[in-house]
Amino acid sequence: MSTATLATPVATAAEEPAATSPPVPENCKTVGRVTADGALLIARGVNVFYGEKQAITEVSIDIARNQVLAMIGPSGCGKSTFLRCLNRMNDTIEGARVTGSIVLEGQDIYDKHQDVVQLRARVGMVFQKPNPFPKSIYENVAYGPRIHGLAADRVELDEIVHTSLQRAGLWDEVKDRLTSPGTSLSGGQQQRLCIARTIAVNPEVILMDEPCSALDPIATARIEDLIDELRESYAIAIVTHSMQQAARVSQRTAYFHLGDLIEVGETDRIFTNPRHKLTEDYITGRFG
Amino acid sequence: MPHFALLVALAALAVLGYWVGKQRSLQLVGGGRGIRKLHSLPAYYGFLTALWCALPALLIMAVWLLLQDTIISSLVLSKLPVALRGQNAGELGLLTNDIRNIVLGNIPAAAARPEVLVAAQDYRRLQGIADLALSGLVLAAGLAGLAWVRSRINPALRARNSVERIIELLLLGCSMIAVFVTLGIVLSVLYESLRFFHAVSLDQFLLGLQWSPQTALRADQVGSSGAFGAVPLFLGTVMISGIAMLVAVPVGLFSAIYLAEYANRKFRASVKPVLEILAGIPTVVYGFFAALTVGPFLRHTGELVGLKVASESALAAGLVMGIMIIPFISSLADDMITAVPQSLRDGAYALGATRSETIRQVVLRAALPGIVGGVLLAISRAIGETMIVVMAAGLAANMTANPLEAVTTVTVQIVTLLTGDQEFDSPKTLAAFALGLVLFVVTLILNVVALKVVRKYREQYE
Repeated sequence: MSTATLATPVATAAEEPAATSPPVPENCKTVGRVTADGALLIARGVNVFYGEKQAITEVSIDIARNQVLAMIGPSGCGKSTFLRCLNRMNDTIEGARVTGSIVLEGQDIYDKHQDVVQLRARVGMVFQKPNPFPKSIYENVAYGPRIHGLAADRVELDEIVHTSLQRAGLWDEVKDRLTSPGTSLSGGQQQRLCIARTIAVNPEVILMDEPCSALDPIATARIEDLIDELRESYAIAIVTHSMQQAARVSQRTAYFHLGDLIEVGETDRIFTNPRHKLTEDYITGRFG
Repeated sequence: MPHFALLVALAALAVLGYWVGKQRSLQLVGGGRGIRKLHSLPAYYGFLTALWCALPALLIMAVWLLLQDTIISSLVLSKLPVALRGQNAGELGLLTNDIRNIVLGNIPAAAARPEVLVAAQDYRRLQGIADLALSGLVLAAGLAGLAWVRSRINPALRARNSVERIIELLLLGCSMIAVFVTLGIVLSVLYESLRFFHAVSLDQFLLGLQWSPQTALRADQVGSSGAFGAVPLFLGTVMISGIAMLVAVPVGLFSAIYLAEYANRKFRASVKPVLEILAGIPTVVYGFFAALTVGPFLRHTGELVGLKVASESALAAGLVMGIMIIPFISSLADDMITAVPQSLRDGAYALGATRSETIRQVVLRAALPGIVGGVLLAISRAIGETMIVVMAAGLAANMTANPLEAVTTVTVQIVTLLTGDQEFDSPKTLAAFALGLVLFVVTLILNVVALKVVRKYREQYE
């Protein structure tokens, strides 16, 4: 695992003019640099309300290509809520309201012309609890490509399923039983199946909401290795309760507290030299 | 009401037993703080005493009352003059009834023969003795139980375990009642059916194409030979149930999908109760709705387009039965759909599935076994439904595939065979039991399969 290596700016970032990245609002109180080189998904001044209750206040942050952003913080701090804003999963919750802007490659994803289906094909998500569909292993992975018409024929679909399972590190374990139900796998395998299912759609961003919290340490280690490999191709944002995990898999870390984004920085720096009192308290285990 | 008084006395004794048991346990350990030395809480010693006081006494009382009349009757009869006793069983039975009726005051004593009056007096005297003896015995048993448990109470006595064991046995007994009643019904239906199959062969019944159950009561009657081929009934049942399912499955399922997946909370809160009201309408109301409204409506509509529709048609009965079953399917399907975990929907949405793709390909897929189970249960309800078809489908056992004609079903025939004065050993009446047996076997199979399917589905998500 390359935990210590920092994200290197990617060549593609240079093609995009820096001007497309919107300025950070004046009232942003976040400590540290919220912008990132190679930014792909850019949140500016995001507020989330559940009915009358405000869950997220004025969050601005960039999610960049080829790096993992870890979001940490005590329970109820809003990190999962923020993550779910990034592919509009909050749309399914009655009474949820989002203000501010979240821009994916120049397009505001909350714009009324934005097609949610297309957005979610570009911003995939892996959940806390493995949730394979009640279908075969093959059909689980083929589901996304099928609904988006990514494969012209069966051969192409087979190929997509094969590569996705391979990249998720599951191929060798399931290649002989692609037709057995996805639910017949172990918890760790199910979660890798869900990751395979997500990358089969070939997204640009992968959001992970505590993907290892239901898994044992061995399965967790496999998923963490996988995340590190996937970083080569995707922008990844992961919510985690484990600070060790954040330190192991991420290059940047964001600390949330009661709906505020308190501090953002390179993971090494956050864990060795936090600048905000609240971050320091959390990391040193004084609360949370 | 001496028996009622006895029960009250026994209850009072049991309350006393509770108090005695509780006090005894407290007294043994010096009360208050000593409770911790007891194996169980004092109340359990009380319950144990009360249960041992009441249960054996109740059992004695039940057995006694079950046998009392028979024993007294035979005692009374044995004292009757030989001339009266030496009759055949039937007349002896009548005599016994006379005596009992006089005792109960149903027949004025003046109207009876002197021998019978004497016997009735004897009967009354014996009954008085029996009541006294019963009271004495029951109370003695109660007191004995009380005293026995009290003498056994010591701090090591596991009163809680005993009480819980007794309660468990009581619960078991109650569930056994259901089992034995079912078993009894099955056996009696089976026995009468066997009698029927002595008169009519099994293949004639199951494969025969003609149903005309009027048999001759007297040898000189004509034109009532009786034919017991049940195929027209089976076909009629299948057709009406089929029409009902054609109505109920799509409407019920789609309304469940709308309510569970699309409707907002307000709409759901107002529509669900209405659907449940539909389920609460008595089937006889549906029946006259079918016979008086839907039947004539179909006939008029048929006339307009030049079709001949019988006023009692399979279509009318099937349509109304379908409406009756809608809430059944809809509420079962709704349960199954809401039981699909939200995480599955999230997974599909996160892959960019639309709402309808998610519902069709993930939610319904996951809920399918449960829905299939619900539909099978609904079919078995449709097959067993009686009132609507009696009123709307007619009695004519036509062999037809035309839903516009009158047909008849298994349940309708059972009703017609058993209404009015019946001779309980003619094949005509016994045929009802054979039909009942067929109905029972079919619905049993459907229910077993349905419950298996539903259970399998439940295990998957809990």
